[in-house]
Amino acid sequence: MSGTASAKEPVAVVGIGQTKHVAARRDVSIAGLVREAAQRALEDAGLTWSEIDAVVIGKAPDFFEGVMMPELYLADALGAVGKPMLRVHTAGSVGGSTALVAANLVAARVHRTVLTLAFEKQSESNAMWGLSLPIPFQQPLLAGAGGFFAPHVRAYLRRSGAPAAIGSLVAYKDRRNALKNPYAHLHEHDLTLEKVQSSPMLWDPIRYSETCPSSDGACAMVLTDRTGAARAPHPPAWVHGGAMRSEPTLFAGKDFVSPRAGKDCAADVYRQAGITDPRREIDAVEMYVPFSWYEPMWLENLGFAPEGEGWKLTESGATELGGELPVNPSGGVLSTNPIGASGMLRFAEAALQVRGRAGAHQVDGARRALGHAYGGGAQFFAMWLVGAEPPPR
Amino acid sequence: MSEVLTAPLVVEFPFTRSLGPVQRAFLTGLRERTVLGVRARDGRIVVPPAEYDPVTADELSDLVEVAPVGTVTTWAWNPAPRRGQPLATPFAWVLVRLDGADTALLHALDAPGPDAVRTGLRVRIRWAAARTGAITDIACFEPADGEPAGGPPAAHPGRFADPVTGITAPARLDYTYAPGRTQSRFLRGLAERRTLGERCPACRKVYVPPRGACPTCGVATGEQVEVGPRGTVTTFCIVNIKARNLDIDVPYVYAHIALDGADLALHARIGGIPYDRVRMGLRVEPVWTDGARYPDHYRPTGEPDADYDSYKELI
Repeated sequence: MSGTASAKEPVAVVGIGQTKHVAARRDVSIAGLVREAAQRALEDAGLTWSEIDAVVIGKAPDFFEGVMMPELYLADALGAVGKPMLRVHTAGSVGGSTALVAANLVAARVHRTVLTLAFEKQSESNAMWGLSLPIPFQQPLLAGAGGFFAPHVRAYLRRSGAPAAIGSLVAYKDRRNALKNPYAHLHEHDLTLEKVQSSPMLWDPIRYSETCPSSDGACAMVLTDRTGAARAPHPPAWVHGGAMRSEPTLFAGKDFVSPRAGKDCAADVYRQAGITDPRREIDAVEMYVPFSWYEPMWLENLGFAPEGEGWKLTESGATELGGELPVNPSGGVLSTNPIGASGMLRFAEAALQVRGRAGAHQVDGARRALGHAYGGGAQFFAMWLVGAEPPPR
Repeated sequence: MSEVLTAPLVVEFPFTRSLGPVQRAFLTGLRERTVLGVRARDGRIVVPPAEYDPVTADELSDLVEVAPVGTVTTWAWNPAPRRGQPLATPFAWVLVRLDGADTALLHALDAPGPDAVRTGLRVRIRWAAARTGAITDIACFEPADGEPAGGPPAAHPGRFADPVTGITAPARLDYTYAPGRTQSRFLRGLAERRTLGERCPACRKVYVPPRGACPTCGVATGEQVEVGPRGTVTTFCIVNIKARNLDIDVPYVYAHIALDGADLALHARIGGIPYDRVRMGLRVEPVWTDGARYPDHYRPTGEPDADYDSYKELI
């Protein structure tokens, strides 16, 4: 690249909207659900439908909820008629990669203002069924969803020597954070650490209270260029770095505890954002933690702690809302899990934090935050780093 | 042998759909033999009603009732109806603009043959005898030559007693599944109770089950390598809740097992040992039952546990 004309356009998040996530939204169609999140994002951005140039949508794999062509079905509800509309598809990380596709369209000056959105209505389908189709000749999966993750958690325990209680600390922290987030699905006012620790052991070493719920919900963001940011009624979040990485679900040498694709993705984002010491330079992290033990595992994978020591950050209280490195101030996936939207909710929470608009779950003085999503059996990773200030030119 | 296996794969699920206010009024209306449309911002009457304006994206709620008679705007003859289609005998797919509507509705027309169908044909709704609040409450359309025009669209509150709030939308896909040459070879080995992996010519890793290509190097794997039958438990979990469609008593152990000679683990159940005695490094061997394609489970061999360093790269 040469000269300023070819440099990337800085990307600003000027609108964020989400639904109140619940177990079942029987009062609205899927179109009504996505509309609600999109409308809130537009209101936050102070824009109308006609001011959106393109729409980028993501959702969970088709069998999860039986919507095969959301870009077709939802064009009316998302004001996409007469505009470009794209659909992104990367399993559980889709909300993150959808936001990055939208950001890249602005950065490349293809479009000035893009609405990006992700959703899922888990109540109208069965994700576990979608994950375990009876493929002929293949050995059926012998355990439920947690049975896929629990052996990797045990491997982490063995490798790190972490005390058995760390998982419960994460679950208790995230559920307490969720109480401060009016949009979170689970609001367990009576939860205590003891209750987490005595909840049923489902897939040993994973307990019931250390698993994510099944939610209906949607999340939307409006991304725009410098001109759009200057007009926005509220402070924007600026994208300082964004990256995606993939690797096969299974291959010889795959490290399920700390996948290479996750490390590479984080390193790319930090390089773009000029971060050399993520633990000191990042003020808040919103990461995709479907089972509580993934907090210490991702802390290591994302470079916040040396290998085998992520659990020490959790144990020290550093990842609590008032800690040195708050993790999942929104309550995280452990409190809210509309799968197709879960990745975008992480990205949106990171942006809310640096905009200072996170309400009761605001991390004091958050200037830089990381949003992280992953999915497909640790096959896809998507991350962005957002800041309160525009990226340096 | 070049014989390749195939088998039917049927994927079906009864997805449910919440309707929201507009579709709720439309489908409940059909149950009551009332066809509702919605007035768009430009004044057009859209049938079936859209929830959001197709031009302005505004939320729409101005419902109107249109006539149960209309005009065919275009059509296609269906000589061989399939399972789940509106009629079992040959029929025409038609787009019908109901009197009072500005858009056309897709449905089936019961006609004796394609010669009886034309654009401009007047048709009327044939209502299903039992109606539940679904598009199938319109059994089909039938020719109605000379049927006079229905009245203009009339405002309708869209409110009915006992409204339909959700529907079931069953989905079904019929595939013929072919696992391919590599897996067919692997299955023929299993039939002789031999586990045949395949080695990558580039990185030398042995894949079990083989996939035909190395996912890391992107090259075909051809060299067959017999692995196992014994192996090492690399990691595991204890399953305490019964999974749907699985006839296994809980608790049981679901383990990752690296067969001797394989470079990645496969997944299987461990038996022949109390669940709380299973550990990483446990040495196991397959237990077969007659006629089964895969080992039923793996059981301890009685050998000393494998040293952690010997399998830690396989976790």
